[in-house]
Amino acid sequence: MSINAEVDLLRKIPLFKNIDTAKLKLLAFTSERLTFAKGAVLFQEGERGDSAYLILTGKVDVSVSTPNGSIIIANISQHNIVGEMALLGDMPRTATVIASEPLETLRIKKDQFFQMLRDLPQMTLEIMRELAVRLNNANKELTAAHTKLRDAGII
Amino acid sequence: MANHQTLYQYIWKHSRREQLVILAIALIAQPFYFLTLSLPKLIINGPINGSGFTQQNDTQSFLRFVLEFPESFPSWLAGRWVFFEGIALERLPYLLALSFAFLALVGFNGFLKFLVNTLKGRLGERLLRRLRFELIDRVLRFPPAHVRKIKQAEIASMVKDEVEPLGGFTGDSIVWPVFLAGQALTAMAFIVAQSFWLGFVSGAIVLVQALVIPRLRKPILKLGKLRQLQARELAGRVGEIVDGNADIRIQGTSNWERADIAGRLAKIFDIRFELYQRKYFVKSLNNFIAQLTPFIFYTVGGYFVITGQLDVGQLVAVIIAYKDLPGPIKELIDWDLQRQDVEIKYNQVMDQFHPEGMVAEEAEMNVNADRIDFGAFEFKNVTMVDDSGFVLLDDIDLSLPLGQSVAIIGAAGGGKEAFGQLFTRQFAFKSGSIKVGQLEFFSLNESATGRQIAYVGPESYFFPKDLKENILYGLKISPQIVSDANGTVSARQMREAARTGNPPFDSSADWIDYSVFGSTEPRVILDRIVDILAIVGLETDVYQFVLQSRLDPTLNETASKRIVEARLALHKKLEDERFSPLVERFDEQTFNRNASIAENIMFGASTDPKFQPQNLPHLPHFQRVVAEEGLEQHLVSMGQSIAETMVELFAELPADHPFFDEFGFIPSNELSHFQQVIKRAKSSGLTYADRSQLSSLPLKYIDARHRLGLITPEIQEKLLSARKTFAETLPDSSKSSIAFYNEEKYNTAASILDNILLGRVSYGVAQAQEQVNVLIREILDQLDVRDLIIEAGLSFNCGAGGKRLSTIQRQKLGLARALIKEPHLLIINGALANLDDSQKTQIVDRVLKHRLARSTLWVLTKIDLADRFDRAITFDHGRLTSDFSDKAVHEAAQ
Repeated sequence: MSINAEVDLLRKIPLFKNIDTAKLKLLAFTSERLTFAKGAVLFQEGERGDSAYLILTGKVDVSVSTPNGSIIIANISQHNIVGEMALLGDMPRTATVIASEPLETLRIKKDQFFQMLRDLPQMTLEIMRELAVRLNNANKELTAAHTKLRDAGII
Repeated sequence: MANHQTLYQYIWKHSRREQLVILAIALIAQPFYFLTLSLPKLIINGPINGSGFTQQNDTQSFLRFVLEFPESFPSWLAGRWVFFEGIALERLPYLLALSFAFLALVGFNGFLKFLVNTLKGRLGERLLRRLRFELIDRVLRFPPAHVRKIKQAEIASMVKDEVEPLGGFTGDSIVWPVFLAGQALTAMAFIVAQSFWLGFVSGAIVLVQALVIPRLRKPILKLGKLRQLQARELAGRVGEIVDGNADIRIQGTSNWERADIAGRLAKIFDIRFELYQRKYFVKSLNNFIAQLTPFIFYTVGGYFVITGQLDVGQLVAVIIAYKDLPGPIKELIDWDLQRQDVEIKYNQVMDQFHPEGMVAEEAEMNVNADRIDFGAFEFKNVTMVDDSGFVLLDDIDLSLPLGQSVAIIGAAGGGKEAFGQLFTRQFAFKSGSIKVGQLEFFSLNESATGRQIAYVGPESYFFPKDLKENILYGLKISPQIVSDANGTVSARQMREAARTGNPPFDSSADWIDYSVFGSTEPRVILDRIVDILAIVGLETDVYQFVLQSRLDPTLNETASKRIVEARLALHKKLEDERFSPLVERFDEQTFNRNASIAENIMFGASTDPKFQPQNLPHLPHFQRVVAEEGLEQHLVSMGQSIAETMVELFAELPADHPFFDEFGFIPSNELSHFQQVIKRAKSSGLTYADRSQLSSLPLKYIDARHRLGLITPEIQEKLLSARKTFAETLPDSSKSSIAFYNEEKYNTAASILDNILLGRVSYGVAQAQEQVNVLIREILDQLDVRDLIIEAGLSFNCGAGGKRLSTIQRQKLGLARALIKEPHLLIINGALANLDDSQKTQIVDRVLKHRLARSTLWVLTKIDLADRFDRAITFDHGRLTSDFSDKAVHEAAQ
């Protein structure tokens, strides 16, 4: 896949939809294109994170470890980004990500990611929007869980 | 500073016999020299001019030996003394006899001169060798406090350069002045014999010369001394600039250093200039005084002749005799200058090498000192202060029996480090006593402590030799018994060493003390080294050194064969579809997407800079291949797309953006130039220069990495054909510069790792490098080439001061060097400071296991490791605050 094809794929990712082609090309050109076999680990929960992955094709499973073993909490498919939380928050990886089918990714390194945020304010806004959506979802789930617990008379 | 011998005492003490021999030979040579001078006159006047041969059959006596003394001499000596009547010869035989006598004399004189010169040279070299050895020997015996003050470059300049003139001078130190004075006195005597007054006058002038000139030369000598000091300091500063190079640049103070050096050079210039002025003034004055004498002869002598007190013949004789006087006098004065100069140099150097508190000579040179039985260490009231009087250890009483492992803990700077340092004996203690069994610890012989105590501090020094030599360095305490085959020092060399006060040690003998291995078998030693490397955690590093190094297959044919075997095994593994994406092999018939275009064309490795991929565009052979294959147009158009992409992507980036380095097709300062080139390509067309610039851009292009989609099947075809032509038409002269990739053959120009891979690790496959590393390691273990690899790794050169190793590697190596000695007592003092906690813990555990039931003292930075030791001692504010020898107690204390 040449760089222009990668740019077309990047364009399909919501985060990059408003960013002009030249910038996307730069992003594609300067990041590493990595393929993972099915079952390969992108990163482990608890590791220090140094990069985020844009999924170009394929799917990943996101799992977290609990006292009762690890459970899959999400499936993320192509045109999404994983691992960006560790980059933004400077904290260890919060989950383990494993390729659930053969995977093509663009690996964006931490300093490159921040450079991009600095250079491209619209992208920063996209990220904020995305984070707000996630926060909102989390809030909703929390409220729902809270309601369930109260209904069950636990709290 | 302690006193030392004066230069003449030194010369006389060590070379008097040789000096006297040379003097004797020089004296013997004199009459023969005189004869050589007088013979030509005899030949010309006698047989050639025919004086004494008036008749046909006249003869002259040959070899007649007669001495004549004037009447003015005492009566017992005056008159004619005939020692040998000679052989009567006719004119022609007499000519031949005289000529051959002349030839023989010239030859004999030449021989004597040669003899005297070689003897002088040898004498000088011997003395120089002795002196240099003594100086180095003194450095090895300097009190530690003095060593911390001296600069190595200054010492080096003294030992190497400053004593050099001494060698030349020694040969002339006694013979030459005796000789010159003799000549001068003879000439003087002759003048006095001719005319007392004229003799008196010339004597007076010589006296003035002898008094005034040295006086004028005093400041010159002083300046010379100053110059020497300045030059030495300059050498010291140069050493500092080299040693501190990195720090100078980091601090941005290189201009300050430049100013300092310029200032010093200015000072040296001024001193030298003044030196020249004075020197040439004295020289002209000397010449003038010398010329003054003939003036007096002409005026005063002339006056005597006119008034009839002297006859003309006598005056002429005096003037002729005087010709022989200024030469020796002048040379005598020059010699004296040289003497003073050398004496000053000698004194200057000796002062530097005679600090107070040197280690006694006998204590050290005795390498066969008996091994001392180490008992317990007893510290009694030991107090230690540093240079500024700060108390490091305060009244320590402690007993350390053998066979314990002891953790030394406490706050940093609280005394635990100082306590460890005491064992190096490099830091004196102020009061108290330290005993080993019955013996004073500080008065033990260095080779005895070196054998039985090993100390590792945070910084160990390593020699610019290979790893193995550095690890085994601590075992070279005394020369081991050598078989005749290995003893390369001849009896002559030994005698010569003894004559110059050098020790009778053979540096080419095997010094390694194999008793610690219990065998001299290389295999056993290698195994031990491997064990030790594993204990300190250096094994993997050594492994990496090897893989990244080049092997000379002519030196090690089996090794290269095994590596090719490893390659074939790896390639077989790569056929498995799980592994096949990891590496793209170098295959002659296929284009390699993970290698650059230049590498794809060259398809080989080279150690010649001309053949490095980035230099290919300048290589005539490469240019020919490109032209022949019609590749140029393709390269230009690929270059054009690269340039377009670079300009499009990078135009707005700041000039110092890291991307320019990382994707180094076009440096930031050339970006605008290429912008113009692209414009021209679209309008007026490319110039010749544009085309050549563009065509070199794609050579660095790696398709799998850069992903610009430039490699079409047609281009692949072209590149493969170019690869073939490149190899086939390579001129004979370059054949040795490049080693083409070949599946069956070891590639001499490539590293061992590249040889095993014979391909490129794929870009874009996650964790490919790590997986490949694991595969290679597995294969090497299966093929049982570990020894081979370790051995090759041990030949890694550590660089000056071990600088080719990282700090962590140096710390581990320091520990390895101490462990391999299997000492009675091992002290580890901050030696693993730069390692992370998990590595530190592992190493402590492994070392303690290795040294079970032997004494190990470990100054710990992490208190939680203390429970692994038999005993834990705490220092605080220089005092010993707790000593838990019972495990349970100190575990409880934690």
